[in-house]
Amino acid sequence: MDNSRPNLLEEALVEDGIGSVKIQKRGRVVVVEDCVETSAAFVLHHFLKRSLQPDSSDVVVFIAFAHPFSHYERILRKMGCNLAVQRKNQRFLFLDMLILECPDRNGGEAKEDGLLTLYGEIEKAVEIYSSLEGSRTITIMIDDVSLMEVAANGSSNHMLDFLHYCYTLKAKYGCSLVTLNHKDIYSSANTLPLILQLEYLADVIIKAEPLATGLASDVHGQLTVLNKGSACDLGSSNSKVRNFHFRVKENNVDYFYPGTQT
Amino acid sequence: MASSRPRGSSFSRNISSAATSQIPGVKLGPNGTSFLSSGIPDLDQILGGGFTLGSLVMVMEDPEAPHHMLLLRNFMSQGLVHKQPLLYASPERDPRGFLGTLPSPMASKDEKPHERPAEQDSNLRIAWQYKKYLGEQNSEVQRGGKAEYCNDFDVRKPLERHFYSGQRVDCISLRDSPNLVPLLERCAAFSSQISKSDGNITCAGRIAIQSLCSPQCDFSDKDWDMLSFIRTLKGMIRSSGAVAVISFPPSLVSPTFLKRWQHLADTLISVKAIPDEDKELAKLLTGYQDMLGLLSVHKVARINTQVPAILEATTFSIKLRKRRALILECLNQAPVDGSSGSSYGTSSSCSGSSKTGNLDF
Repeated sequence: MDNSRPNLLEEALVEDGIGSVKIQKRGRVVVVEDCVETSAAFVLHHFLKRSLQPDSSDVVVFIAFAHPFSHYERILRKMGCNLAVQRKNQRFLFLDMLILECPDRNGGEAKEDGLLTLYGEIEKAVEIYSSLEGSRTITIMIDDVSLMEVAANGSSNHMLDFLHYCYTLKAKYGCSLVTLNHKDIYSSANTLPLILQLEYLADVIIKAEPLATGLASDVHGQLTVLNKGSACDLGSSNSKVRNFHFRVKENNVDYFYPGTQT
Repeated sequence: MASSRPRGSSFSRNISSAATSQIPGVKLGPNGTSFLSSGIPDLDQILGGGFTLGSLVMVMEDPEAPHHMLLLRNFMSQGLVHKQPLLYASPERDPRGFLGTLPSPMASKDEKPHERPAEQDSNLRIAWQYKKYLGEQNSEVQRGGKAEYCNDFDVRKPLERHFYSGQRVDCISLRDSPNLVPLLERCAAFSSQISKSDGNITCAGRIAIQSLCSPQCDFSDKDWDMLSFIRTLKGMIRSSGAVAVISFPPSLVSPTFLKRWQHLADTLISVKAIPDEDKELAKLLTGYQDMLGLLSVHKVARINTQVPAILEATTFSIKLRKRRALILECLNQAPVDGSSGSSYGTSSSCSGSSKTGNLDF
């Protein structure tokens, strides 16, 4: 990304206050939400690319439930970022959970173990990366929390435990956590806790929705970014909400305010 | 066999891609994906080439009408015609019996002249812009030499026995088992058979699962088990050269789980029957009499790309051409009542249907 003109998403993500770059180094929790009609996977790709910029030394731990490595590699290559090379350079760790965590169906114990091993792997990776010299942010990305729930056989308690563990990594190592989930799944009351907790822990919530007027070829949907800002300023809440349209292309995404696209 | 050839050529990209397209019934698509035909030429066109290899297609059934069976039948027949391995699971006691109801491809002798009648059709109804448009597209497909990629199927003629007797056709009844483990094992065995060897697909396979959550199955109340099965199946076929089509009655899945199912699907299609004597709908849509039902495309598989597919239309009418071949057409609003257009509309569609009647009987 040439930083000459940050796009609307970047602008919305920047925290208020001076030296925003410095603050950003501290870990943040980003929750991306989408629905059946509009996928928000491109936001993940955006974060992935931003973290793996050549001039930084940030590290991404990617936990894939939805798509295999080849899928992401191809997409990111079109965006100008070679994941295979980054993987070799120890900046990108890809944990393929598509089949790997194939749960056996004989009770809940195995499930917990599966998530525990996964967390163990993440923690180990984070420890190793943070022990290396140089200042770097480690970003943990989960590409589909709802599929993780399926892998845990619907035990939202285990899921919440897992997410809280990941959250502690933020405090301990300054990790960022980026998760993608599907908002429309959580419409009934007994499934709500997971998404509510996620949203509560989040510093930034990004929602992708289809246009109310239906499908259009030049506007793919709208993005609502809720940036809760830094919690250090007591008193006034400096959370801000931005709302804009987007159009996804192969190598980047256009963001624009409604009606401003020529 | 053709399947041994691509294995030998591992050195050149050009040759390997040529070899891939030599696999019967597989077409190369954008972003390094390949397509399998759905067995309905129009549906292939709508989806941009067919079902993406390695994708999971979910069909939401109509609770009252078996329209999903039309899709499944054509999908399976097309695979058998291409000699692709097939795995079929259904809640019926005797799933193999279903193979006897598969439609047979129209003979090539039949197929050549059908081009001309189609043109005549469009000439006759030339006043309808969309007809012209569709006719052009059809001929384009045929000119592209993809005639054998996707056959037209005659829904009235059963598939000849030799198509499915000698081949790798696996049938499972979902009724016998208390859980999904046996089905998953069969799927795993199936997809390991046809798995890609270092990116080169040697053979494409089709998995068709009918009415996954129907109440005849013992596991139909285990929501999480079914989700987990779909997820695992999706992971399995993604790394192999197979397409899985699962049909399910959405009314039997609770709303939140329905959303989960929909998210799991790479390609999501729903079919709906149309009520026989819906006067209002008949007034709204032209060609209402010929319609079998409606088909909506909710999601198109996006593998290796982040750009969403925006279709020109998402709902299509299912019709039978000459009472044989399944076709999909864009919906067209009938001219508003009261103008001279309405009488024109009825006369035209009358002449159309009477003409097809003449041809067939």
